[in-house]
Amino acid sequence: MTATTDVLTTDLHADLAHGHGDRGINTALLGMLLFIASEIMFFAGLFAAYFSVRAKYGSHWPALPEGVEFAINPLVVLATVILLSSSGVIQWGLWRIRKGDRRGLNRAFALTMLMGLTFLAFQATDYVLLADEGISLNGSIFGSLFFTMTGFHGAHVLGGVIGIGIILSRGMTGQFSARNHVAVEAVSAYWHFVDVVWIFLFLTLYILR
Amino acid sequence: MATTALSPRAGAYPRSRVYEWLTTTDHKKIGIMYITSAYIFFLIGGLMALAIRTELAAPGTQFLDPDIFNQAFTMHGTTMVFFFVMPMLAGFANYIVPLQIGAADMAFPRINALSFWIIPVSALLLFSSFALGGAAAGGWTSYTPLSEAKYAGTGQDLWLAGLLLNGVSSILGAINILATIFKLRAPGLTMLRLPIFVWTVLVTSVLLIFAVPVLASGLVMLFIDRNYGGAFFDPAAGGDTVLWQHVFWFFGHPEVYILILPAFGIISEVLPVFSRKPLFGYKAFVVATVSIGILGFGVWAHHMFTTGAVFLPFFSITTFFISVPTGVKMFNWIATMWRGKLRFTTAMLFAVGFLASFLIGGLDGAFSASTPIDFAIQDTYWIVSHLHYVLFGGSAFGIMAATYYWFPKMTGRFLDERLGKVHFAIMFVGAHLTFFPMHLLGISGMPRRIQDYAPNAGWQDLNLLATIGSYLIGIGILVLLWNMFVTLRGPRTAGDDPWDANTLEWATTSPPPSYNFDRLPEIRSERPLFDLKHGGAGHAPALAPGEGSGR
Repeated sequence: MTATTDVLTTDLHADLAHGHGDRGINTALLGMLLFIASEIMFFAGLFAAYFSVRAKYGSHWPALPEGVEFAINPLVVLATVILLSSSGVIQWGLWRIRKGDRRGLNRAFALTMLMGLTFLAFQATDYVLLADEGISLNGSIFGSLFFTMTGFHGAHVLGGVIGIGIILSRGMTGQFSARNHVAVEAVSAYWHFVDVVWIFLFLTLYILR
Repeated sequence: MATTALSPRAGAYPRSRVYEWLTTTDHKKIGIMYITSAYIFFLIGGLMALAIRTELAAPGTQFLDPDIFNQAFTMHGTTMVFFFVMPMLAGFANYIVPLQIGAADMAFPRINALSFWIIPVSALLLFSSFALGGAAAGGWTSYTPLSEAKYAGTGQDLWLAGLLLNGVSSILGAINILATIFKLRAPGLTMLRLPIFVWTVLVTSVLLIFAVPVLASGLVMLFIDRNYGGAFFDPAAGGDTVLWQHVFWFFGHPEVYILILPAFGIISEVLPVFSRKPLFGYKAFVVATVSIGILGFGVWAHHMFTTGAVFLPFFSITTFFISVPTGVKMFNWIATMWRGKLRFTTAMLFAVGFLASFLIGGLDGAFSASTPIDFAIQDTYWIVSHLHYVLFGGSAFGIMAATYYWFPKMTGRFLDERLGKVHFAIMFVGAHLTFFPMHLLGISGMPRRIQDYAPNAGWQDLNLLATIGSYLIGIGILVLLWNMFVTLRGPRTAGDDPWDANTLEWATTSPPPSYNFDRLPEIRSERPLFDLKHGGAGHAPALAPGEGSGR
């Protein structure tokens, strides 16, 4: 019959390899962006809980047990600066591999990983200090919100660090090139997301109290 | 047929069929596993419903202790929502969407397998609670403080963990579906040529991505409350009980559309095929579907009118608004059938049964949107009636239509039409006999979620009627299972395109080869196969499906 109305088998298979033609965003990156959208909604649920409770308290916030004060630790400011800068570093690494510079990618990702781990270490220290002051997950609504929100963010930082570690180990075996580096794009998108969540967390929990 | 012969099967590779199914990443096999497991959960949830109805058939305690009764209705609702309707529709989406858009598989086949295999694991978590001191008993909504540590045991924790895991499956599935629809469409298949089923699955997936994570946040907060001394929902510790309801229903109302939109899509595939007409108002239908998706996020507090914690006029008006696009669809469907050449196959009967039943459920919804009425019917059997009219008369009838409609594609065999009609008749009568009296019970004040009622309350006859109806539904399901059993032992007689249908899944063999298509017809409308067969758009020569492969 008429082959004109048919897509040839070979074309079809070639199409499938690239998702029916190579137009638009890469499929894996699209998947990551959709995943990030769902993650945003997860944090949105926690933020909604925070503001819904916060609204009831007016100036009596943070709601903590008698005699307990919540103050910002300089360590947290430092951690924030480190995390935010790491977004620039990972982006630099992405730009390097887009130009085909594998060594640049690996250096940038190693540094980002180190910065992420530093952030986590500082956060853990902050947790210990807060616990000493009597602020913890149980016992107060502020504590519940604070540790749940920052804790889940910390877990996401850890997830990002693991992702960066995988990219790094693949990068060191030379698996990425200027044409083929979608995993790098996806992990950096995720890392930026983790960063943006922290900006909102930092502003909400520490600054706009 | 010749198309499959073009690409001969890979050489003998010795592995058992069981191994093949357990490790498959083929969207069709995964779809069938989703559908099969969802039917198993349908039976489990159905048995719980029968137990509930048996207890309520007469006043007094006959069958279930109050404690077990509470577990039964909680697990009935949870099972039907999260383990029957959602995986069932995910299964049909899995099987049908790649075929309808002319793709060889989903965008992420291994994640697809992961999404499916999470379901049995999450079910194991949930159902193990029966053996570990009793299941959750606070209703499928698990309102605080009833679900807090003070009142609920380990079963509640397993409920939280099971649903959290189930949600991961839903989110991964939705991401996969969206990436598939956006990236793997065949050449020529523009967004406004997508089959309506694909459109409804697309909007459903967006809803899943935006709604399920919010439930997840609620689940972890409740888990922290229960296990680590959190204060989220505990007013004594500074938290807010009603907060749970907000979080739950911010998920819960989009969830309602998650459960019904794909059923809308199924109906919109079945009605045109068996009316021999295109769907009336394709674009209006797409706009209505998207509007429902958007408005669906603005109505959640109509579940909370009587809490006194929400702004009534806003949520009342948005709820009335959302009935408009749903009404548009009703007219789409009626106009599609209007002056059509109707063929009352079983799939068509269920589609028409859907229209009748869902209309009642929808009108109930518009009643409940009116706050004064809602204050009177809150937490009565009216609500039980309403939600079953939309979920059983809607989603479940849609699922039945899909089962009869796509069974020949999935297996190459027709389900027996005579048994099918018996199944439809019993189930249709049974459904209305079960759920219609609940309206009257609700208006006369019978509260939902009670294990017993006074003999002099005047609720006895209607309850007995509802119980008889529920047994009829059970018999109907047995007829369906028998039909499947008999059919699967019979020969493959269905052929590629048994219904003379419109969309691409019928342009390949039944069942399709693992790679789906050797070739695709040119796509110039939302009915490419119809164009191919009947020379639509005035170009293609008539080409019977399956005959177009000789080169």
